[in-house]
Amino acid sequence: MIDWINKTTRKLPTWPLYIGAALYPAWLFWLALNGGLGIDPVKGLEHAMGEKALQLLILGLAITPLRKHLGLNLLKFRRAIGVVAFFYVFAHLLVWLVLDVQLLGQIWADIVKRPYITVGMGAFVLMLPLAVTSNNWSVRRLGPRWRKLHKLTYAVCLLGGLHFVMLVKGFQLEPLLYLGSIILLLALRIKRPKPSRVRQSA
Amino acid sequence: MAHRWKNDLTHDDVTPYNTYLNRRQIMAGMAGVGLAAMAGTRASAMTLEPNSYEDITSYNNFYEFGTGKGDPAKHAHRLTTDGWSVEIDGLVDNPGSYAFEDIMKNMSVEERIYRFRCVEAWSMVIPWNGFELKDLLDMAGVQSSAKYVAFETLYRPDEMVGQKFRSLDWPYVEGLRLDEAMNPLTIMATGIYGKPIPNQNGAPLRLVVPWKYGFKSIKSIVKITLTDKQPPTSWNKANAREYGFYSNVNPTVDHPRWSQATERPIGGGLFAKRKETLMFNGYENEVAGLYEGMDLARNF
Repeated sequence: MIDWINKTTRKLPTWPLYIGAALYPAWLFWLALNGGLGIDPVKGLEHAMGEKALQLLILGLAITPLRKHLGLNLLKFRRAIGVVAFFYVFAHLLVWLVLDVQLLGQIWADIVKRPYITVGMGAFVLMLPLAVTSNNWSVRRLGPRWRKLHKLTYAVCLLGGLHFVMLVKGFQLEPLLYLGSIILLLALRIKRPKPSRVRQSA
Repeated sequence: MAHRWKNDLTHDDVTPYNTYLNRRQIMAGMAGVGLAAMAGTRASAMTLEPNSYEDITSYNNFYEFGTGKGDPAKHAHRLTTDGWSVEIDGLVDNPGSYAFEDIMKNMSVEERIYRFRCVEAWSMVIPWNGFELKDLLDMAGVQSSAKYVAFETLYRPDEMVGQKFRSLDWPYVEGLRLDEAMNPLTIMATGIYGKPIPNQNGAPLRLVVPWKYGFKSIKSIVKITLTDKQPPTSWNKANAREYGFYSNVNPTVDHPRWSQATERPIGGGLFAKRKETLMFNGYENEVAGLYEGMDLARNF
């Protein structure tokens, strides 16, 4: 089964992912305009983009453990997943800026004064160098430093999960499940000492 | 006695149903962003238009049915309100269980069109039907030692499915100072747009205190207790730093996680403009006197 998936996905191109990913927010926007997202389309759009971004970040984080522990190789999709996640975080931020908060003074006050917004902005800022270097040229150019730089993803995911946990009212399960999966996927990366085996590269 | 307060928002001075329908048609028919922006401007010029029955009954915070805004409308049909009664006890002359029908026979129901401001910084305008809480309390006979009124929502997890999960410490409880409870603006709502209040809005009767954040307006009330001590309130118990006992709408006192200076009117579409939040939600003339000499930043 896993072999079959690995063999099939090897033949698949990644470009349709980008197209589909770009169409999705456009479709949501169209729904928001036409009442398809309910009577509070601003929050509907904001939450949908944030939620999808977080799901993609988790998916991107799952790729290495899936390969290591199940032999499922989806590595070729990881760049697309990361770039699309950045694109959705950016859309989430734009909806918040332009449609939700609207006022420039209040936007800045919120970023500085409201911890969950500071945390969310932090995640976005950390994603910028990752998005800019998500291309073959940068991988070649930066060499081993590229891998190091892209470990920032771990911080981005933690901040994103934390952002969700911090913004809800009362005790809610959903954001904790997101943050929990992020922590689990990061924990799977912690190298345990393996005395009997020869050192492997991760 | 009733009619101690006259509506300042009326169906006449706001845009009535026809214009509302037209706007809906524009919204439904438009395709481009340009048109949408136009509709947004129109909507902002009519911010005092009461929200539609559909808006009011489909966008609710009623965690007893789930934490999503659509959850109450989805799950509240399970709630049975037949044979409802309200227990009134504590410092009253006539304690006991009051059947909902008996209460209604003795109360005079009137329409109150109130601004409704949620602590989450969104707002609506709602045409409630209800009676003044004072009339109900007078019926029970408030004793002179009473200083506060405590309220409690039904606890019935079989029907209120959100209560199966502890998003809050059930049952939901709220409270008012006695003078706040006796203010003519404070009503027990039993209807919306002249129809019996739907389950998701707090059937069969709920509190409405228009100058306080929405969560103070406790729904589906089964118990009212007159007391001489400040009663515990659900959101304050959940997070005392964020939710105070008073929770008066106040644009100058921010929620720790967001500003309360402005609000998003619900129902104006994707491009609705924020508007400034009014002190005491626009009821300053009626209620500011209740808090004279109080530090409202401290007693938030």
